Amino acid sequence: MDKLEYKNIIKKLKSIVTKVGDMFGETMIGKFLGKNKQVLLIRSMISNNIRQYGMIFALIVIMIFFNYQTGGVSLYPLNISNILLQNAHILILAVGMLIVILTGNIDLSVGSVAAFVGAIAGIMMIRNDYHWSISVAAALSIGLMAGAWNGFWIAYIKIPAFIVTLGGMLIFRGLTLVVLKGASLGPFPDEFNSISSGFIPDIFGGDGLHILTIVIGILFSLGYIYYAYTGRRKKQKYGFDVAPVWMTVFSSTFIIVALNLFTFTLARYRGFPNVSIILFIVIIIYAFITTKTVIGRHVYAMGGNYEAAKLSGVKTKKVMFLIYVNMGLLAAISGLVYAARLNAAVPKAGNLFELDAIAAAYIGGASASGGVGTVIGAIIGGLVMGVINNGMSLMSLGIDWQQVVKGLVLLLAVWFDIATKNKAK
Amino acid sequence: MNEYILEMRNITKEFPGVKALDNVNIKVKKGEIHALVGENGAGKSTLMNVLSGVYPYGNYSGDIYYNGEICKFNGIKSSEKKGIGIIHQELALIMYLSIAENIFLGNERSTRGIIDWDKTRSKTVELLKRVGLNENPGTLIKDIGVGKQQLVEIAKSLSKNIDLLILDEPTSALNEEDSQNLLNLIVELKSHGVTSIIISHKLNEIEQISDSITILRDGKTIESLDMVKDKVDEDRIIKSMVGRELTDLFPKRNAKIGETILEVKNWNIDHPMYERKILNDININVKSGEVVGIAGLMGAGRTEFAMSIFGKSYGKNIEGEMFLHGKKVDFKNISQAIKHGLAYVTEDRKNLGLILINDIKRNVTLSNLDRVRQGIIIDENKEIVEVEEQVKSLTIKCSSILQKTKNLSGGNQQKVVLSKWMFTNPEVLILDEPTRGIDVGAKYEIYTIINQLAEAGKAVIVISSELSEVIGMSDRIYVMSEGNITGELDKSEATQEEIMKLIVSEKVGVSS
Repeated sequence: MDKLEYKNIIKKLKSIVTKVGDMFGETMIGKFLGKNKQVLLIRSMISNNIRQYGMIFALIVIMIFFNYQTGGVSLYPLNISNILLQNAHILILAVGMLIVILTGNIDLSVGSVAAFVGAIAGIMMIRNDYHWSISVAAALSIGLMAGAWNGFWIAYIKIPAFIVTLGGMLIFRGLTLVVLKGASLGPFPDEFNSISSGFIPDIFGGDGLHILTIVIGILFSLGYIYYAYTGRRKKQKYGFDVAPVWMTVFSSTFIIVALNLFTFTLARYRGFPNVSIILFIVIIIYAFITTKTVIGRHVYAMGGNYEAAKLSGVKTKKVMFLIYVNMGLLAAISGLVYAARLNAAVPKAGNLFELDAIAAAYIGGASASGGVGTVIGAIIGGLVMGVINNGMSLMSLGIDWQQVVKGLVLLLAVWFDIATKNKAK
Repeated sequence: MNEYILEMRNITKEFPGVKALDNVNIKVKKGEIHALVGENGAGKSTLMNVLSGVYPYGNYSGDIYYNGEICKFNGIKSSEKKGIGIIHQELALIMYLSIAENIFLGNERSTRGIIDWDKTRSKTVELLKRVGLNENPGTLIKDIGVGKQQLVEIAKSLSKNIDLLILDEPTSALNEEDSQNLLNLIVELKSHGVTSIIISHKLNEIEQISDSITILRDGKTIESLDMVKDKVDEDRIIKSMVGRELTDLFPKRNAKIGETILEVKNWNIDHPMYERKILNDININVKSGEVVGIAGLMGAGRTEFAMSIFGKSYGKNIEGEMFLHGKKVDFKNISQAIKHGLAYVTEDRKNLGLILINDIKRNVTLSNLDRVRQGIIIDENKEIVEVEEQVKSLTIKCSSILQKTKNLSGGNQQKVVLSKWMFTNPEVLILDEPTRGIDVGAKYEIYTIINQLAEAGKAVIVISSELSEVIGMSDRIYVMSEGNITGELDKSEATQEEIMKLIVSEKVGVSS
């Protein structure tokens, strides 16, 4: 390829990126509505979340692409269910990792911690016949302790997180090998195994259609409508500008349709997998904590400017410590989910999980220097990677090419971010 | 030869949505010191960026004549080649390189890519002598003070054989002594034929050294004056800068001084890393409705004192007693101090005061989220209402409370920091260099806010390196020097000379 041609391609790619940015951020809505206060409100809402909308858009495009390439197989109910099962452990990690990244730090040890926790669960349940509930509780406490170990060195002794967790990565991987004596353990009792292989029971006894799953979808839709409605009412009570009715209706409709399409698709197979319930609870709890609570605000503040947050009375050491304890807990949940999915405790479990989780957070709009990112963004980032993996597998492209594509997606996503940001300047 | 070394004619520079420069004209005579003044946002820095090629030719309209010939710079390198050197407000030195390495960075004395260290060293010694800096060329930048770093920057410029030196706010981070040194150096360079353009908010310095002055306002040239011929003084400059007459630099205060709120006794602290005493038996008190100034040079221990009483946020081995309303208190951490009504407004608003990537709203409520929470949830609606009230009462200029604080001007950023601390509803406010780097108009507004706080019965401590500010704002003044209180003056007896004497007296005492 000669130089000129290459330059032209770059130029084209650039203009596509900025055009997509335009579409979501600025001009389109401006052109439709002209300038008034409400438009400015909508604009700022959109341009503040442009990365997230961009990724949702990208996710949809990717799904359509694979659906076309695989002749519709990728959107089969069975496959949608599989995507959830295949990625739940990474998505759970990505939530914790996002919070760590918000503070401008990183955790490289989560894959090893997940493996270690799985190993402990295996030894307790398989070798020593402990009840699964006791084993799970013990495994989760081990995760908490591993997190506290990392958190202690990072928050109180002030050793850089990269080094502490690189150490943790080696330590917990080593311990996994020690306790498993280098061999795999399996199978797990059925109760435990069902975390990642079971589906929620259908109390309505639907035939060929999982009624409870659909009911949950409808309940959540109603909940969402109530939430959107009261939110507007409250804002109006305070005399704030609210987005125009049509926009709220439009966005609510979009979310409700997407949600019910999703639950209906799952219902056509076997309904919600058990693991998806764990995943959704994790997402809801952490989305809530990061956006609505005082400690969530403190996390963002620390990531934005650690010293300023400290001088504002944020208990920075304590918060930092808790963030790593929490990461340990989520790594433990992830490790259990993964062990249940493999139905075995294996020494190699959790290999490179940390990098997938970190990539998910970055693709989802988190900033490496801290203070920027959302839980929902990290989940979308994780899904983008998961859907690509799944789609490529269906197209019988191996793990080798999947890695190449994943790497490129990460790069492109961050490029998109920088391009739109530069434009905003 | 042309009388003027530099002429900029009808320079217009537009940014999306704003005309930063609108037909600006400036003429600088050969061998003079030319002051460029104007409020923040008047266009001074933009003009200098046009001159030095940061905004390349074609990016602006108008002409630059340098030594009589028209110039089309397309980068700093090309303006340097012609002999124009610029020193920015924020120094561009690398902390972990030596003085010599910094001076010749990007301009190394080398043969075929291999650095000639002997030549570098001897050239550096020569340059350091010219700027009057007595340091080893091998000393790391991090180990010398800001004042000396500024001199290294000048030496770096001189190494490029420049004959026009532009200094953007060169003394804003310096204490009076270092500032004076720097000003003397500029005058000294003038005698060796170096022309200087100096941008500064410190009008007394301009009055002291400059030969002529150009005043900008809102991107336009208001006037150019000859300091001597036109009998220019501070009032004249201010009037022209703000477009109105500021009858008094410091607004009148009508506060009733009540009983003692905060009292600190025999306060001692050590440096957090080294075995060194930072504060020595400090005794200070402040009453309700009173503004107490703490004067002194940078490094006298004023900031360290303020931070150490603010929840022990600085220092080691803190000893001494602190009383609030006569009751002994001991704050273990910052949040305790805040809860008990202390507030500390830092001198370094960008690094320690604000979270620049966050909006105004999040910055204002950060120190007191308790005020807007219900249970564990932050009530965002309430938060918006409260913050908008703050923004209105302090007249913070912004597009909305969701504007990121990094996009605000210095004065407005300072107001955000102030409103953040007012939001905690404090009884004692410690303001550390509250007007550093902000323009005359915004300064006046900050003073007005300080007065309102005092009138509302708060106890206010103002730490400032500008003597006129300490005298103008305080009811009572403590003078600090080398970790000691060397004097306490009432407003009526305070003069710049008196304070300066107290600052220097301790220094003599220590060295003897």
